[in-house]
Amino acid sequence: MTARKEKIVLPLIAVLLGFVLGSLIVILTGRSPLSMYAAIVKGFSGIDIVNGQPINTRYIGEFIIQAMPIILTGLSFAFASRTGLFSIGAEGQLMVGSIAATTVALLLQAPKAVHLPLVLLAGILGGALWGAIPGFLKARYNVHEVVVTIMMNYIALHFNNFVILHIFGSFDRVKTAPFPETALLKSPFLESITRQSRLNWGFIPVILAVVIFSFIINKTTFGYSLRAVGYNKEAARCAGMRVSRNIVASMAIAGAFAGLAGAVITVGTFNFGRVIQAAEGYGFDGIAVALVGGNEATGILLAGLLFGGLKAAQPLMQSQGIPREIAGIIQASIVLFVAMKFGIKMILDKFERKQAPTTEGDRV
Amino acid sequence: MTFELFLQMFPIALMFSAPIILTALGGLFSERSGIVNIALEGIMMVGAFTGATVTVLLENVTPAAAWYGLLAGLLSGVVFSILHAVASINLKADQVISGTALNILASGLTVYLCQIIFHQQRTRAFSNGIQKFSVPGLSKIPVLGRMLFDQVYPTFYIAIAMVLITWFVVYKTPLGLRMRSCGEHPQAAASMGINVAKMRYFGVLVSGALGGLGGAVMVLTADIQYTLVSIHGTGFIALASLVFGKWNPFGVLGAGLFFGFSTALSFYAKDINFLAGLPGEFFYILPYLLTIIALLFFAGKSVGPKASGQIYDSGKR
Repeated sequence: MTARKEKIVLPLIAVLLGFVLGSLIVILTGRSPLSMYAAIVKGFSGIDIVNGQPINTRYIGEFIIQAMPIILTGLSFAFASRTGLFSIGAEGQLMVGSIAATTVALLLQAPKAVHLPLVLLAGILGGALWGAIPGFLKARYNVHEVVVTIMMNYIALHFNNFVILHIFGSFDRVKTAPFPETALLKSPFLESITRQSRLNWGFIPVILAVVIFSFIINKTTFGYSLRAVGYNKEAARCAGMRVSRNIVASMAIAGAFAGLAGAVITVGTFNFGRVIQAAEGYGFDGIAVALVGGNEATGILLAGLLFGGLKAAQPLMQSQGIPREIAGIIQASIVLFVAMKFGIKMILDKFERKQAPTTEGDRV
Repeated sequence: MTFELFLQMFPIALMFSAPIILTALGGLFSERSGIVNIALEGIMMVGAFTGATVTVLLENVTPAAAWYGLLAGLLSGVVFSILHAVASINLKADQVISGTALNILASGLTVYLCQIIFHQQRTRAFSNGIQKFSVPGLSKIPVLGRMLFDQVYPTFYIAIAMVLITWFVVYKTPLGLRMRSCGEHPQAAASMGINVAKMRYFGVLVSGALGGLGGAVMVLTADIQYTLVSIHGTGFIALASLVFGKWNPFGVLGAGLFFGFSTALSFYAKDINFLAGLPGEFFYILPYLLTIIALLFFAGKSVGPKASGQIYDSGKR
């Protein structure tokens, strides 16, 4: 197999095996995989196979809403990954981004053209700051980023709740006062074409982020030196690249993507700051998206849509009597199979070699 | 802080220390054999879910239900860790990615099974977990008795016993030596006739057993049922204890106690004058913040097993 073909075939095999394993678990626990797939189809397109109803655009709107933040957290993981860092911190960076966005949304009064960009910028900066901390600890003190980013997630969670409850105040201990209209991504037009779904302008910064990711990584000297650090730190240092600076910058930019996701959720999907009981899984979704998407912009976009659809199908599965967590199980299985890609490749190569002599024989 | 308060903190601190110590010892086996096990958190979740479920289901059958729960937690951890072993030893998966996958899988699978078995997103609450007890005689010793032997969960002594057993196995037996050699230089170990894959399976499965036990201990002493947030990062704190304890069983014991106390502090903070004014969230943050600070002081200086985390290539020299 050529390297290019491998990049496309292996993730597809992993996705396929993930769904096979998920279906097996559904069967083993006495549920019907067919109703699961019906729910997935409905989650993606709004087409109701069971009752034979045509496309319902509301579902498409909700599906895109689910895909937006996890494409961003996927970009976040992938960006750090390109510099050889394994960042599990997107979840916390997203929360800090959302606190920053909440702060600007509530405290600033300005026309929409000023207010909304500033809200998004605040999210980006908040996430970048939260990402830069583990980056700095890694570069300066060589503390492993995996544990630090996970700990930073828990700190962000409680910090978020502290800010919402004690600084902005909440009369129901669940959310802040609603944001002013000027801070929101809300769009009556998009809502009207998707039968009052929550679809909003948030997809524009998401697409911009995908383009910017691809541009930085592939087209700039900075991106090249980041990748060089990812391939071989010592060689990059020898070539005069500033390894420590690159690690901090990479983590900060990764945090920026996740922070933007926080802002998009806060002023797009919701219109108030929220108290969070437990991690909502955007970070781990992002890891799955990035791994399946091969850490490349296009792949992340597609994988984000796939997992977004799966998330959108969760309530539909639950109403079919299939526990919604099956989506997480399928996602985890896909990641596990992506991790096994060397093993899968070995098996495929063996299979191809077995086939090869027979075709040669035919020619003779 | 009065001395009396300090004494009161002990039983709770020891309760939280036990699962951290057990799980971190599991991580020690895995990493010493050369496999990074970031899946400890997920293994704990599986162990906690199984432990709580078995306890609930056996409650009306036997008074020792919680002890069967511990055993079931241990076994479920072994089964779950097989996935990590197969992926990272046979199929040469990136160990951090495989571990992350298992963590996601554990949170999905446990709650999925809760829905199948209990028709809700958590297990039913058990009426009795592991019970506290006082060691006869020893608990009468002044001060020390109250610190270590009065109203303590027996799981803490299990953890202490495991520290000693781990030290003996890892440092005093041929098996331990072989296992450690696979974590330092697997090619050299292989040249001496050691079966690297077998040793690594041993390390990962023991980490599954101890992680599963740790999870069951945690839910059966500190909780009333299993929920998605029962473990809330304890597996990762155990991982940090391993680094903090320099991959040594006694170091792990010290680190585990340290984190146990930092968790207990959040329960007693309101009784301590100079801390009482701070918001509750501050104390929730404390164990995680201390983990980072501990890593900061120790990560640079302590060095883990050399080959830990690398994919084994028998052809490499």
